[in-house]
Amino acid sequence: MRDFLRNKMAVSGLAFITLILIFAAFAPAIAPYSPSEIDTDNILSAPSKYHIFGTDTLGRDLFSRIVYGSRISLSIGFIAVGIAVITGVVFGAVAGYYGGRIDSFMMRFVDMMLCFPTFFLILAVIAILEPSIFNIMAVIGATGWMGVARLVRAEILSLKEREYVMASRVMGAGGLWIIIKHLIPNAVAPVLVSATLGVGGAILVESALSFLGIGVQPPTPSWGNILMDGKSTLGVAWWHTVFPGVFIMLTVLAYNLLGEGLRDVLEPRLKR
Amino acid sequence: MTGDKILQIRDLRVSFDTPSGIADAVDGVSFDVRRGESFGIVGQSGSGKTLTALSILKLITPPGRIVSGSAVFNGEDLMAADEDSLRRTRGAGISMVFQEPATAFNPVFTVGYQVAEAVRAHQAVDGRKAKDIALEFLKRVHIAEALKVYHDYPHQLSGGTKQRAMIAMALVNSPELLILDEPTTALDVTIQAQILDLLEEIRKEARLSILFISHDFGVISRMCDRVAVMHKGRIVETGATKDVLSSPEEDYTLELLESVRALG
Amino acid sequence: MNMLECRNISKSFPIKRGYLQEEAGSLKALDGVSLSIGKGEVFGLVGESGCGKTTLGKVVLGILPPDGGTVELAAKRTQVVFQDPFNSLDPRMRVSDILAEGLALQGASGGAIRKKLDDITDLIRLPKSALTKYPHQFSGGERQRIAIGRAVLTDPEFIVCDEPVSSLDVTIQLQILRLLKDVRERFGMTYLFISHDLRVIRFMCDRVAVMRGGRIVEEGPAARVYSNPSDPYTRQLLSSILEVRPKT
Repeated sequence: MRDFLRNKMAVSGLAFITLILIFAAFAPAIAPYSPSEIDTDNILSAPSKYHIFGTDTLGRDLFSRIVYGSRISLSIGFIAVGIAVITGVVFGAVAGYYGGRIDSFMMRFVDMMLCFPTFFLILAVIAILEPSIFNIMAVIGATGWMGVARLVRAEILSLKEREYVMASRVMGAGGLWIIIKHLIPNAVAPVLVSATLGVGGAILVESALSFLGIGVQPPTPSWGNILMDGKSTLGVAWWHTVFPGVFIMLTVLAYNLLGEGLRDVLEPRLKR
Repeated sequence: MTGDKILQIRDLRVSFDTPSGIADAVDGVSFDVRRGESFGIVGQSGSGKTLTALSILKLITPPGRIVSGSAVFNGEDLMAADEDSLRRTRGAGISMVFQEPATAFNPVFTVGYQVAEAVRAHQAVDGRKAKDIALEFLKRVHIAEALKVYHDYPHQLSGGTKQRAMIAMALVNSPELLILDEPTTALDVTIQAQILDLLEEIRKEARLSILFISHDFGVISRMCDRVAVMHKGRIVETGATKDVLSSPEEDYTLELLESVRALG
Repeated sequence: MNMLECRNISKSFPIKRGYLQEEAGSLKALDGVSLSIGKGEVFGLVGESGCGKTTLGKVVLGILPPDGGTVELAAKRTQVVFQDPFNSLDPRMRVSDILAEGLALQGASGGAIRKKLDDITDLIRLPKSALTKYPHQFSGGERQRIAIGRAVLTDPEFIVCDEPVSSLDVTIQLQILRLLKDVRERFGMTYLFISHDLRVIRFMCDRVAVMRGGRIVEEGPAARVYSNPSDPYTRQLLSSILEVRPKT
């Protein structure tokens, strides 16, 4: 824990993420305006003391939209990664522990899934289904679990030969007990790192989808679709693209720093 | 055995920078190795014996560092020497054999190539001659089929053969002092006996001075004329092996000997 | 009736070579090994690396199925103490959970477990405060004591000790061996004690079997084997024990 706090990058990442979490949790309290409040007198006005990030083409306050947008971006990030992690851990643990044919079969399936170029797969799926928030989360999760499965399987392959696992078997423990009590807790560290980095990735995917118009649909604000709206105002209203862009960038960066910091803390300890 | 001192260590201190503070792993160690003798350092894990050996050739890497002290070899203080003269000493004036033969060799080169490389590092000879010298020493350490072993990769050899090859590599440049850090600990007991026999033979032949580090009192009592007992970074007792074994002066030495003897 | 009867155990491991992991032959780890251990005995299995003693230990424990031969174990509950105190305890579990795992698997109640944990800390001579700590907070010798505590708690009739003191310092080795002897005197279990260290085997064991190349080359009461070995390999092993005696 102390080692982590010493890593200034990781701590700043964590600090920024906490800030965004506060934005998301307390959006109604923080945002000065409602994100859908239209103010036709102030269309595309530059940042001022009434609208610190300026307004968009409908006169809506950009800062409020970004604050509410954080809810979307974060929830998509967490839930998508959550789906990926749970699926990946179960898959990888079963394949790694039981080995043999089960392992071969499962991993060939993973390899097959990995052949699909993820982003295009997401595009295709969203094009077929409708771009609802739930679908986006599900599809990002469904295309991200393979990496986790491989990681978990690799960890478990090395862990299952450890002597404490053998001792448990001698005491009469069955496969399920060993997987749940011993293997998964010890395999968690790289998964945590991967999940943290994954949230950043998921946020980027959502932003890209929304930017392309097939992500979160207006009027619900998400950082990606604010960017999309801003595309047409590039020459005249820099604030419309710069602010959401900067938030996306900083949030993804923060998750990456946090993930790397976790890796530095958890990895050497694993070597004990 | 009187005779001049080939190595004089005075007040050696090595520290480790850990997250919880600075650990004094070697805390003011002083001893002499006389020319032609076999001097042993015995201690348990964490006593600092390996670090002491490594610091003589300044092989300590961060987070460890040599804080102070002198190591005078043939009149020259190694602690004050520059990197160039140290490099000339390592492998030539002073040579070292490590515990783990598996990691001492680079797995992607043949054993012979590496032994010959040790020759080329210190002697101005061509490749052909270096190979001849390497082969000669591989034979000297009683490796059967030396030519075959020359062309083998480390993983193809047994632990005992690898250790012999490591000893050969340490001897090719006719060092005056040979430092051995737990050279037989990783080996089977029957192989250990053979390696110790070999070391004794080489010592007599080459008139080598030896610094022998081990946790094993049995090995030390067989190989060493004099011994220093280390505990928690300090030398607790020094003396002729037979004296230390028969009438130890310090409580710690007594405790150590009793544990060893209690096992029979 | 004997505690353990092994008849003609054999076990081979395939050797895989190359990138595609093709089978390039097999390693015969156990080649027709038979032995029996009586109730309450401390039986020593000694040999150098690769002789098959650890493999035999695993087969006896039931964690490695043999290719041929039979294992009859009269014990209802068996336990094991391994060599590596760093890897034999789950680093993510508290000491109390590690110790209690066997009891939990047997279905013991929380109260019964708690009582037993109290007793065991006295036996293995660790303070009660150790129960809430994690393995990495202890030294090698202390961890081995925890491993022994774990083994004893389930009231086993048979314990396999695989090099239990080989990674420990010599002063600690003696403490652990004494603890193992103490435990046995108190509870009367049978031991299969595996080691490469002849002196440790001599200290602990009633009967001894010497292994080499997957076979037992000599077997008998420890006193006899050590003083009057009949097999040349045994003799070679014994002659390489270095006594702590000044050289003459």
